[in-house]
Amino acid sequence: MLLQSGITENEIIQGFIEAINLIVSLDPTVVEITLRSLTVSLSATFFASLMALPLGALIYFKEFRGKRGVINTLQTLYAMPTVIIGLLAFLLLSRNGPFGFLGLLFTPSGMIVAQTILIVPLITGLTVAAMSNIDREMRYTIISMGASMVQSIWTVLREVRFAIFTAVLIGFGRAIAEVGTVLLVGGNIRGYTRVLTTAISLNTSMGNFTLSIALGIILLGVALLVNVALNLVQQR
Amino acid sequence: MTDLITARGVSKAYGDLQVLEGIDLDVHEGEILGIIGPSGSGKSTLLRLLDLVESPTSGEITVLGVNTQSESRSLELRRRMGMLFQKPIVFNTSVYQNVALGLQYRRLDRRETDRRVRDALEAVGLSQYIKSQARDLSGGEQQRVALSRVLVTQPEVLFLDEPTANLDPTSTATIERIVRAMNQEHGMTVVMNTHDLLQGQRLSNRIAVMIEGRIAQVGAPREVFQSPRSRAIASFVGIENILRGRILSKGDDLTEVEVNGQTILSKRVVTDGTDDVDVLIRGEDIDLLREEPPDHPRNVFPGMITSIESNGPHVGMKVDCGGFSLMVRMTARLAAEREFDTDMPAYVAFRPRVVHVLPAEMLQE
Repeated sequence: MLLQSGITENEIIQGFIEAINLIVSLDPTVVEITLRSLTVSLSATFFASLMALPLGALIYFKEFRGKRGVINTLQTLYAMPTVIIGLLAFLLLSRNGPFGFLGLLFTPSGMIVAQTILIVPLITGLTVAAMSNIDREMRYTIISMGASMVQSIWTVLREVRFAIFTAVLIGFGRAIAEVGTVLLVGGNIRGYTRVLTTAISLNTSMGNFTLSIALGIILLGVALLVNVALNLVQQR
Repeated sequence: MTDLITARGVSKAYGDLQVLEGIDLDVHEGEILGIIGPSGSGKSTLLRLLDLVESPTSGEITVLGVNTQSESRSLELRRRMGMLFQKPIVFNTSVYQNVALGLQYRRLDRRETDRRVRDALEAVGLSQYIKSQARDLSGGEQQRVALSRVLVTQPEVLFLDEPTANLDPTSTATIERIVRAMNQEHGMTVVMNTHDLLQGQRLSNRIAVMIEGRIAQVGAPREVFQSPRSRAIASFVGIENILRGRILSKGDDLTEVEVNGQTILSKRVVTDGTDDVDVLIRGEDIDLLREEPPDHPRNVFPGMITSIESNGPHVGMKVDCGGFSLMVRMTARLAAEREFDTDMPAYVAFRPRVVHVLPAEMLQE
């Protein structure tokens, strides 16, 4: 029987079997795309965390005008369409853009930059939320113990480390699963900027379902791992 | 005696909420200063300002000889003081790490940190829990961890914000014992908030009373409890009999005050020239007798016992004396010996020196 898109049921089952084969036999293309996806998204998560954690702590600690507005904006950015961030990063990094001179467009580094921009608001916002669980008395305690500003931030971050770890994992989850920014900024160049999501997108449109399914299973696996890790952390 | 901390005209507001207003207060070196007052009177806020955890909205605070308006030295000064909060606060880590944290902030070397943490935990009797998770301890134990975390930094001034509220009697006694020892043996200056009047009296050399964001009175505990300067302070320090009266005559020794047609004699009168006064008498300063005392003090009134309430070892009896009622407090044993009962006639008797007369406050709580 023919499905609407022109694939037979048989083909799907066949695709699954072959996909498992590709994974089990460690097919070079599959391995290479998976590793690149992990490298790009882990790097982006690393750099984003490096910025977002202190920034979140600072927003939490400092009383300033428009603080509520900043937090609302961050929360709005959680749901920012990835293609819009991709477009923004594309414009910034393109040859005539302000950062064109760096030559990052259509490179893995450019993709890292784009994903970093994408998840900084998410991790920052979740960090502020995590820290809001610290009550006022604990803040007073830390200050009265003679902590400097930096020491205060460090102590609070350590106190909410499990919630922070959750924020970082959620950030990674958003980075590895998104297709919009990596497609626009990376350009999906085979062997260079092709990652799991862009490869699935391309191979599906070319009717190359076997590879798509294999990469899809891997992506699901990564998501599953992140979820397992989240559950472990949240049980602490 | 030097002043370690002085506050001059200190006010604090959170948005529209004025919490402190025009506070003038000195903390003397080596004393235990108790701050008492109803909850919501601003005691905790005042401690946080003095400990430089927060800044005042206006006014000046000088700490250890340094005017703190320039914030540059605030961290250094904060590190010479310590504060224990009402709620036991421990960090989500081991007991050892909890106590070591303040020393790590001060970048003390590891060996010295280790030694001092062990000593501090020994002092509060928690050595056996050194490796435990602080959150696994009971509330009283957590508060002792918090206390050792403060003491380990050897503060020159120790602030205690209701340190034993919600604690069991044993933990309370331990904390009081340590605080007293720190003060007497190490000369540590202590500023303590409490709503527990007995604790305030037990520990303090001086007491400041806070009412509605202002310091209403400062003095020796005896002075504050025996001679409150206003009706609000009187009712806060547990004076149950506050009667409205009018001065009839002022003698060298005794003053006659008319209260609803009856005359009460007083030896302790403070007036501002007006004749409208408040008459304050502590319930425990009044005696209650079955018969008119033959060798009686100067104030004796016949009355009727209208109610008797038992409060453990003590009994409170309300006596209607015609123009006014008085609450009389005595030991349950004495009350039982005299076989008092409700609706029984009896005589109240009290000496003029226990009758405290103040200018009447027009504004009543």
